[in-house]
Amino acid sequence: MRNKHKILMEYKYKPKALKHGYTDKMLYVNVGENKIEEKDIPEEVKEKFIGGKGYGMRYLWDAVNPDTKWDSEENEIVMSAGPIAGITQYPGTGKTLVCSISPMTDIPIDSNVGGYVGPYLKFSGWDGLEIQGKAKEDVIIVIDGIEGKITIETAPEEEIDGHLLGEQLTEMYAKDEHEKRQISVITAGTAAEHTRMGILNFSFYDIRRKVARLKQAGRGGLGTILRNKKVKGVVVKSKPVKGDLNNPFDQSIINKTGIKLHKEIANHDHEQNNMHKIGTAALIDTMIEFDLLPVHNFQYGTHKDAVKMGNKVFINKYLTQGMVDGCWYGCSLACAKAVDNFELKTGPYKGHKVVVDGPEYENAAGLGANCGIFNPETIIELNFYCDTYGIDTISYGTSTAFAMECFERGIINKEITGGLELKFGNEEASLKLIHQMSKGEGFGKVVGQGIHKMKEIFAEEHGADPEFLFDIGTEQKGLEYAEYVCKESLAQQGGFGFTNKGPQHDEAWLIVMDMVNNQIPTFEDKAEALHYYPMFRTWFGLLGLCKLPWNDIVPEENDKTDEPAKIPEHVQNYLDLYYGITGQTITPDDMVRQSEKVYNFQRVFNIRMGKGLRANDKSPYRMMGPVTKEEYESRQERYDTQLKEKIGVDPEGKTTEEKIKILREFRYDQYEQLTDAVYKRRGWSSNGVPTKEKLQDLGMDLPEVLEVIEKHL
Amino acid sequence: MRVKRLVKDESKCIGCGKCEEVCSQAYFKEKNPEKSRVRVKGMEKWNKLTICTQCGACMEVCPTQALKRDKNGVVKLNKNDCVGCFMCVGFCPEDAMMQHDDEREPFKCIACGLCVDACPTGALKIIEY
Repeated sequence: MRNKHKILMEYKYKPKALKHGYTDKMLYVNVGENKIEEKDIPEEVKEKFIGGKGYGMRYLWDAVNPDTKWDSEENEIVMSAGPIAGITQYPGTGKTLVCSISPMTDIPIDSNVGGYVGPYLKFSGWDGLEIQGKAKEDVIIVIDGIEGKITIETAPEEEIDGHLLGEQLTEMYAKDEHEKRQISVITAGTAAEHTRMGILNFSFYDIRRKVARLKQAGRGGLGTILRNKKVKGVVVKSKPVKGDLNNPFDQSIINKTGIKLHKEIANHDHEQNNMHKIGTAALIDTMIEFDLLPVHNFQYGTHKDAVKMGNKVFINKYLTQGMVDGCWYGCSLACAKAVDNFELKTGPYKGHKVVVDGPEYENAAGLGANCGIFNPETIIELNFYCDTYGIDTISYGTSTAFAMECFERGIINKEITGGLELKFGNEEASLKLIHQMSKGEGFGKVVGQGIHKMKEIFAEEHGADPEFLFDIGTEQKGLEYAEYVCKESLAQQGGFGFTNKGPQHDEAWLIVMDMVNNQIPTFEDKAEALHYYPMFRTWFGLLGLCKLPWNDIVPEENDKTDEPAKIPEHVQNYLDLYYGITGQTITPDDMVRQSEKVYNFQRVFNIRMGKGLRANDKSPYRMMGPVTKEEYESRQERYDTQLKEKIGVDPEGKTTEEKIKILREFRYDQYEQLTDAVYKRRGWSSNGVPTKEKLQDLGMDLPEVLEVIEKHL
Repeated sequence: MRVKRLVKDESKCIGCGKCEEVCSQAYFKEKNPEKSRVRVKGMEKWNKLTICTQCGACMEVCPTQALKRDKNGVVKLNKNDCVGCFMCVGFCPEDAMMQHDDEREPFKCIACGLCVDACPTGALKIIEY
């Protein structure tokens, strides 16, 4: 197979060693012009943008213009891991942030992903990688950090689906079994070519299972862009990993901090979230308990059959226990669980026994409950096909749930779906959809465009009521919502609604704090939380870190601290790691400030690309309250009580429709008040535009940034 | 498989530190208790000995399988394969996987018996199970 490769470009270089977490070099590859260049990252960029998503946004901004679309030649996929990424002593330190102009949202997306690519790029001399242009035929990019050689090669015979291509390229570029651990591969999949919700798979070689496992940069259609550029895959080959390759300023503090957290996890994970046994799917039982699990396109928060996909089912029957499931070295939280020897029942790989990475919480909730599917085996099968075909499980789940509701309500019918009986719970129909996406056929291709496009098609071609579609279509800015019912948490409605890239759970996850524990009752409290948490969490994306070891394990004495929700001891751990790597001492306020620079830059980037204003932060009512009679009546007691106690309206004698209307007006008003409070706290105008003063204060009053906002102030 | 391991009798330990000296001297060419694979700590009423039981918990958490049992059942670290993540240090139930900031990789008892020979009171023994 490798003999069929034609080398289109070869570039030799001397890999620059890391110093204090940086090489200060960016690798630029243009697959359209077969050009490979190295760029020095200026000190000013480093100071303002730190790394990871900061670098992604900065280089993407420079590459594109306000008219750039996702499939424009100049659109780039930019990835960078950040200065802390690649240390091996502290859990969750191998993340890569990937940025591009998204086919779902038409604005910048950033998606974080595990696997070894980001650290291996650093060890090969690169703080980041830009991929621009469009190849004429299928190519791969090979970055060999051992030989100091980068090639663009044609790859005519390789598979496209992630689980096969990951194996092929790992096998091809490792000289023996032992060297496979030094290879990490980026792939997409066949469905990434035909849908807008394509993902990037980043591999990590599992030496126990002897398989190249996959983690996903899932949100926003990055795989769609990769395939549009006719890139089949990217291979990074690194020298052997050692604990000091980042050449940190102070290794000792990193060692101590890491061992402290390993001990905390060893002693307490089993009594807290059990991440080492079930991974993020640990959330399922909690979501069921608090009526937060999305069921039937977010209409309901639980279901009588939900127990069939409960935590114990996955632990006892499916997820292999006792494995070392970290997606980067040193992650003792080990949430990258897998199902082994899973025999597929459908599709082109029917009968194959495969390793399935997951299911994670979002997969189980989105592919399962939200579509009315509670059969774990179907969830696992859909999970596998999403990954290998290169589809985002969240966008797939939420989009399919929307299509199912439209079908059940008669907005679409079998004629439109090509014969698919797209009812909630129809496992066969969902599996057919996914296989159609891989081939670019049938109704699967329509669902694969995502809810935003489906709404347009259903309204324009099938006469649906656009307002109703807006209410039940759970997307915003073009991106599908992540799998949490937030109707009873105003803060989380904002947590989804005021995000830069669209409604995901990366920026803010305040449901428990807001709804369960009632810790942020006032608008000001909520606004403070919607300032602090998105900024704090953005910091992970600048440094190359995973959020899970921040709050999915907590120190024994955390409850006794002033602000348990912030987990102060873990915040200090991150400050210690930052010092250990860079030698700079910073405070929690400095962390927020570092994030604010990039966060506001991204907000302005959104505005530059045509979104990012107040109108774009509106929320579909399905995520705010009961749209339909059935929804209201399913929680009538709750809503009637709220009418009485919160609004001062007696529900007696009123029809459900009347009550829905009153509640809706109240909740929209609350959302608007929250919007005002949050914009004020963030230093934005009432239209959601970062003010000149705010940008000046942050040192982000760059001429190109001011030029964008001046039109809106 | 037979397992060769160190056992302790803390009632016999006088806390002289000979075991630590001989261990660090043998493997790091310096007398430094912080670089010993066996540790003595004086408690109020007795001396506490930290020793590796060769239980293998470290092998289970090692992401690179750099920790393996040899033919005597002794768990040994292959430094070439070690990435220095120290998960083994954090997960050792005996706190007997050691780490020192001078070293990139952790280190552990390989049941060589040098400390047994150096112990003046017979507080340490090598036993095969």
